[in-house]
Amino acid sequence: MKTTYREAVRAGLRQALQTDPGVFLMGEDVGRYGGAYAASRGLLEEFGPDRVRDTPLSESAFVGAGIGAALGGMRPIVEVMTVNFSLLALDQIVNNAATLRHMSGGQLSVPLVIRMATGAGRQLAAQHSHSLECWYAHIPGIRVLAPATLEDARGMLLAALRMSDPVVIFEHASLYPVEGELADAAGPVDLDHAVVRRPGADVTIVTYGGSLAKSLAAAEELARDGIGAEVLDLRTLRPLDLDGIMASVRKTRRAVIVDEAWRTGSLAGEIAACIMERAFGDLEAPVARVCSAEVPIPYARQLEEAALPQTPAIVSAVRAVVGRR
Amino acid sequence: MPSLGADMTAGRLVQWLKAPGDRVARGDLIAEVDTDKGAIEIEVFTDGVLVKTLVEPGQKVPVGTPLALIQPGEAGAAPGAATPVAAAPPPPAELSPMRRAIAAAMAKSKREIPHYYLSTTIDLTPALEWLAARNRDRPPAARLLPAALQLKAVALALREFPDLNAWWVDDRPVPQAGIHVGVAVSLRAGGLIVPAIHDADRCGLDDLMRSLDDLVRRARGGALRSSELADGTITVTSLGDRGVDAVWGIIYPPQVAIVGFGRIVARPLVVNRQVVARSAVTASLSGDHRASDGHRGGLFLARVEQLLQEPDRL
Amino acid sequence: MTTAAAPGPALEREPALARLGTMLRIRRFEEKAAELYAAGKIRGFLHLYIGEEAVAAGVMPALTPEDNVVATYREHGQALARGVPAGAIMAEMFGRANGCSRGRGGSMHLFDVSRRFFGGYAIVGGGLPIAVGLALADRLRARPAITACFFGDGAVAEGEFHESLNLAALWRLPVLFLCENNLYAMGTALSRHQSQTDIARKAQAYDVASAAVDGMDVLAVEAAARRAAEAVRRDGRPYLLELRTYRFRAHSMYDPDLYRTKDEIAVWKQRDPIRLLRARLEAEGLLSAETLGQLEAEAEAEVAGAVAEAEAGPLEPVTDLLRDVCASAGT
Repeated sequence: MKTTYREAVRAGLRQALQTDPGVFLMGEDVGRYGGAYAASRGLLEEFGPDRVRDTPLSESAFVGAGIGAALGGMRPIVEVMTVNFSLLALDQIVNNAATLRHMSGGQLSVPLVIRMATGAGRQLAAQHSHSLECWYAHIPGIRVLAPATLEDARGMLLAALRMSDPVVIFEHASLYPVEGELADAAGPVDLDHAVVRRPGADVTIVTYGGSLAKSLAAAEELARDGIGAEVLDLRTLRPLDLDGIMASVRKTRRAVIVDEAWRTGSLAGEIAACIMERAFGDLEAPVARVCSAEVPIPYARQLEEAALPQTPAIVSAVRAVVGRR
Repeated sequence: MPSLGADMTAGRLVQWLKAPGDRVARGDLIAEVDTDKGAIEIEVFTDGVLVKTLVEPGQKVPVGTPLALIQPGEAGAAPGAATPVAAAPPPPAELSPMRRAIAAAMAKSKREIPHYYLSTTIDLTPALEWLAARNRDRPPAARLLPAALQLKAVALALREFPDLNAWWVDDRPVPQAGIHVGVAVSLRAGGLIVPAIHDADRCGLDDLMRSLDDLVRRARGGALRSSELADGTITVTSLGDRGVDAVWGIIYPPQVAIVGFGRIVARPLVVNRQVVARSAVTASLSGDHRASDGHRGGLFLARVEQLLQEPDRL
Repeated sequence: MTTAAAPGPALEREPALARLGTMLRIRRFEEKAAELYAAGKIRGFLHLYIGEEAVAAGVMPALTPEDNVVATYREHGQALARGVPAGAIMAEMFGRANGCSRGRGGSMHLFDVSRRFFGGYAIVGGGLPIAVGLALADRLRARPAITACFFGDGAVAEGEFHESLNLAALWRLPVLFLCENNLYAMGTALSRHQSQTDIARKAQAYDVASAAVDGMDVLAVEAAARRAAEAVRRDGRPYLLELRTYRFRAHSMYDPDLYRTKDEIAVWKQRDPIRLLRARLEAEGLLSAETLGQLEAEAEAEVAGAVAEAEAGPLEPVTDLLRDVCASAGT
């Protein structure tokens, strides 16, 4: 079935609401407006206001209410419009959702799914362009997912709704209109493994989310020069599929990590450290990173483009790592 | 000096709010202490009489330092007398090398001796009742303390467990002929000294009590004989200490065991299928696993417990 | 909004003695906790409930076992009044594995799911959205229960107070918001942190019913709490009850209390909730010295037993460090 990432998300939401009466969706403008990214259009009409709830602009309260509802036996899906606004709910996520199981000595579980749009590239300027996946991936007690394909957009939500732990799902805003094929009966997917999206023998490009497309484009260009880049889609950011990463890196012996976050303190840094710890002896070159420049994301188009990781930069980084300029 | 906060390591005594001789009640404010955050008034947690202050205004001491001695005052309160020492110990400067030696011995002990630890809760109610009866007509100076019973019980039990009354020499245990029980005495200047009472198993209780008083006084005055320091075959620590419920000692080489007694406190225990409040103490044994094992250690502690149930036979 | 403090209810002996007993249990437990903290047995932060006992003792009887309770880091009183065993609480503060949170939480994070006691929160205001969520789940599951949410006057300044009242009112959620106004947000007096110090009145802005009550009079607290809980059950809408109380000890153990005067504390101590109820019962000939002695002895025995249980509790082995982070392996 030909469809879009956005519609895949909607299909996942719909299937979840249909199959489990404990599931409900709440967030800003998810109901009447149909979702800021139109991901929930039509769902209010289909499932009613108890199951599709428009919230006031109260991130802390409605994320916390999601936690409380999960404690009370429901399976809430909380949509925080973007990761930029999630900062207002960071206390509830970090100090409550992530800790309640542990702080209660195992008595409580928080089966909560939080979905957030993330990323830059549409000239939305500094306060609407964050990639803070690494902040969430830093916290023990939550799982962090980054669906980059249509199948994952739908299937990761369904799989997350089966977990007893809080799950944060990052949907890169640039992916919503992307078209592709999705099996009609596509269901929950594996949440534990990275997937090789394009095999190669010369270098591993490790990436996730909105950077997958640029990495695949870079691999295509490199292939024309006889450089075989293997593109590994991380899919799960916490926990990282370290075995999967190392299997690829041991094969190609070179790694370039593409991460839209700022370089300092990025998930790319974490992965590079893991590769050093586990596969140092297998490397033929230091691990390289392609990340955003250390600047609040600017509005002007050429400046924003220069700030974010782009395909040419990925190509350059790979060439440097394989020693061929 | 109480711990008042997660990051408090020491406090400076600003002033005493009570004087020696004053009655104090639980909850009374007894002193003002200066901390990093400001002056905090501290309270007492027991009824009684303030016997002696141990820290002067202006002194800064680490958290845990004893600040004062209080004689618990009410009948029915947890039994236990003031610590055996009545006199204020002068700080003997010449003990510093000795303290260094003990520190070195303790570090070596922890490094080289494989310690195992056992504990048991001993119902002391019959023993304390026996003591109370015996002490009833005696002047305070002649009264027996529970400490004497504990020492004697340990000494007698060792007659049946010579493997715990040994010295570890040249990689083997050498059982010792006499039972010389070392008594851990804490010093004002900080530090611990462990003089021994010779042939404690053969001392009568009154003699034992007198020896104990005498040893403690001389220890704090720096007037011990070298044989008292060198001859101990086992150590008993934390006698009558009101600060802790259980003590896990470090063995003093070349000994192979150390017995600890915590404070005597009212506990709910089961007697004749009923839960009743009894006076109990937690006794512990730290043993050198090269010389004995938990089975022997457990039997030894059980014997000590048994002996303490029949105080008239001590 | 009703005006403050309806006249005290008639005195019935058995319930009144029960409230006195609960307050004594809390008082003795907290005194012992202070002693053990000073001795280094309890570590971290310790926030005592001494002076505020009437609030927990008066509110809990208005709740059923099916109701949910959310509290703050000053929650020993609520936990004890709710029925969480004293031994489990003490062991928790000792960091032992037989603590109610396996020693993982400490004084500020008491949890007991069997009694629907959902913590224990150290971030001021952090529990309010959780309470809203618990009530939301109950509404969606058609479970006839209410959620009682305790918080202090300090929390009223946090955005989450306003967001939570608004959301609960908007979605008609059965939350009983209980503000323990002890006049200080740590070291800052109410008049210095609120432009409008009448807390109950703030509920009007969210169309939430409210009342204020003398928090030192346990029987008045109970009457007000029953009225409020009944309103929540009947109308399915939130309610804000402000309890005007006072803590006799500092904010936490490590607090020199520089921000209030000894005189002020002494004046409030005249209204010690235990003293007030005792006086009232004795004046009506309903409390003999013998009965009081018995209540005291029970409280002391409970505390002694709790300490023994805590002392005997094992420490979780360090090899178990990583358990209970996530349900599934891999965090």
